Amino acid sequence: MSLVRITAGSRAHLALRAGVALIVAIVVIAIPFNSNPSVNGNLTLVMSYAVASMGLGLLVGYAGQISLGQGAFFAIGAYAAAAMLAKTGLPYLLALPVAAAVTFAIGLAFGIPAVRLRGLYLALVTLALAVAVGPVIKRAEPITGGVSGLSAPQPPVPGWLAVDPDQWLYLLSLVVTALMLLLAANLTRGSLGRALVAIRDGERAARTSGVHVSRTKALLFAVAGAYAGVGGGLFTYAQGFVAPESFTLLLSFTFLGAVVVGGLGTVIGSVLGALFVVFVPQYAGDVSQALTGVIYGCTLIAVVYLLPGGAAGLLRRLRRLLVDVVEPAPAVPEPESSPPPPEAQRGVHDAVPTSDPAPAGGDPAARGLRP
Amino acid sequence: MERFLQVVVDGIADGSVYAALALALVLIFRSTGVVNFAQGEMAMFSTFVAWALADAGVPLLLAVLGALAFAFAAGMVVERVLIRPVEGGNPLSLVIVTLGLFIVVNSAAGWIWGFNIKEFPALFPGGVAEIGNVSLSIESLGIIAVLLVVVGLLWLLFTKTPIGLSMRAAAQSPSSARLVGIPVGRMFMLGWGLASLLGALAGVLVAHRLFLDTNLMAGVLVYSFAGAALGGFDSPIGAVVGSWIIGVTEALAGTYIDVIGSDLKVLVPLGIIFVVLLVRPSGLFGSPEVTRA
Repeated sequence: MSLVRITAGSRAHLALRAGVALIVAIVVIAIPFNSNPSVNGNLTLVMSYAVASMGLGLLVGYAGQISLGQGAFFAIGAYAAAAMLAKTGLPYLLALPVAAAVTFAIGLAFGIPAVRLRGLYLALVTLALAVAVGPVIKRAEPITGGVSGLSAPQPPVPGWLAVDPDQWLYLLSLVVTALMLLLAANLTRGSLGRALVAIRDGERAARTSGVHVSRTKALLFAVAGAYAGVGGGLFTYAQGFVAPESFTLLLSFTFLGAVVVGGLGTVIGSVLGALFVVFVPQYAGDVSQALTGVIYGCTLIAVVYLLPGGAAGLLRRLRRLLVDVVEPAPAVPEPESSPPPPEAQRGVHDAVPTSDPAPAGGDPAARGLRP
Repeated sequence: MERFLQVVVDGIADGSVYAALALALVLIFRSTGVVNFAQGEMAMFSTFVAWALADAGVPLLLAVLGALAFAFAAGMVVERVLIRPVEGGNPLSLVIVTLGLFIVVNSAAGWIWGFNIKEFPALFPGGVAEIGNVSLSIESLGIIAVLLVVVGLLWLLFTKTPIGLSMRAAAQSPSSARLVGIPVGRMFMLGWGLASLLGALAGVLVAHRLFLDTNLMAGVLVYSFAGAALGGFDSPIGAVVGSWIIGVTEALAGTYIDVIGSDLKVLVPLGIIFVVLLVRPSGLFGSPEVTRA
């Protein structure tokens, strides 16, 4: 089928990955200098959504937990950043850690009891969170500015950089998004990721092998919250203004839509999903203002039917047409088992995310979600 | 004391509206295992149909009946066309499909009827009924009466008729039901139609109070979720009792606790379901989840 066949972990494979990463990096850095400010603004918004969706993707794709409360954490992060920027003289870069810390703490406090609930009931309780955040924001006027919202100074362009404000916001968001992407990829490959997959695929078995299930889930819930917080912080940077209308119930649905459209159980999928949920309604609006929602909703449903693996699954299939990555031939086990050489070990680990035929989040996630 | 009783009765009336939609959610959840996030929007659309019929000169009662018939048919079509292909698959896909449907229906209603707020004719005479020295709104009493009749009819349907029995069998064990010759797919369609009809009923009951626009049912849906979760998501009785509890506590908290007022009263039922679900994750009347390792 495919044109080229290479072994996972081989030099060619590493070169291919490095090459693709380089091309993607060049393209995303070149974009703001070749497009108009409104496109840059939209892409900056996409990145703030992408970070929040990434956190939700960890929760849904790796732990099999449906949360409808990601919009609430996004709002809390945005307001935490805005309040810090507007009311203190702290450097603007601190807004992101502050937003992350606040949402992490709230996520942990909410997550410790909530993760005892499974599937549907967790979705309902988090839905309650999403509904509650609007009225609370409106009421907490001294901090949030109430219904009239809160203006926050936007990050100024540093003097040594000759770029426009919209380009600067784009680049700043790009750096943060890339960092959060790397962090998420590391999380899913590290011990937390393995514990999560073990929990998703069989909670009892995971517990038997020494995974502290509820602690791991609560921690992940908090991490997902912190991701939404950082996304919210980026949103505040990009908009310079936060008001309750920006954080509707639909926003939480939007994040879940981004995760599913992007592809469950993949980290990069959230970025693709965020592109979808920001741009499809806009293009739909260009086609017909009145039918925006109809087109957007139908596209969402069509993606579920036609692309069960999401956009990331589609990309993977396309790549397989060109390049097939095969597992290295298994080494013959020696009678006295000695630890395998480090090279072989790394090869096996690299093979896991790339040559998995089915997206990890497909059906196994389903099992964990059945209420 | 009179005031207290009035608030409680109004709360039960609100709760009865939530209960109708909660029953719809429970019906669909029991039969097809789907949480239909679009339930409220489908109800809103049907309410618009009733309004449009009444606006065109059809007598109100006929308009409402026409809308209920429309809702029944539309619910069946939605099940057959949208839900059947992904039924029994990944629950998250189902969630996304119903969320997509939510967006489509909401936007379609706005496209057809516009986004302006419309006045929905009253189904019940205005005014109050004096019982002792308590004056209760006739509308509230009427809503409660309608819900009680509906619950009675549903009970008759599911316990006394062959078709109700078939629907329960299909819901409980589709494969066994198929073996004894029950058309399971048709029963699921029927369940969705019935649920859609119940939702439409909730819509026309509440539209006069809330006024009609495309966001009519968004708030009601959240309360109905809370009521269904509180009662146990697979228990019809639980859905009714849970919704009543939600309605009454919401009304009481909004009236008597000053800090809460009308804007934060939504937090009270949400706080209740949070606590109840933590203590009894399957709700007050629900059957506990049993998993086999």
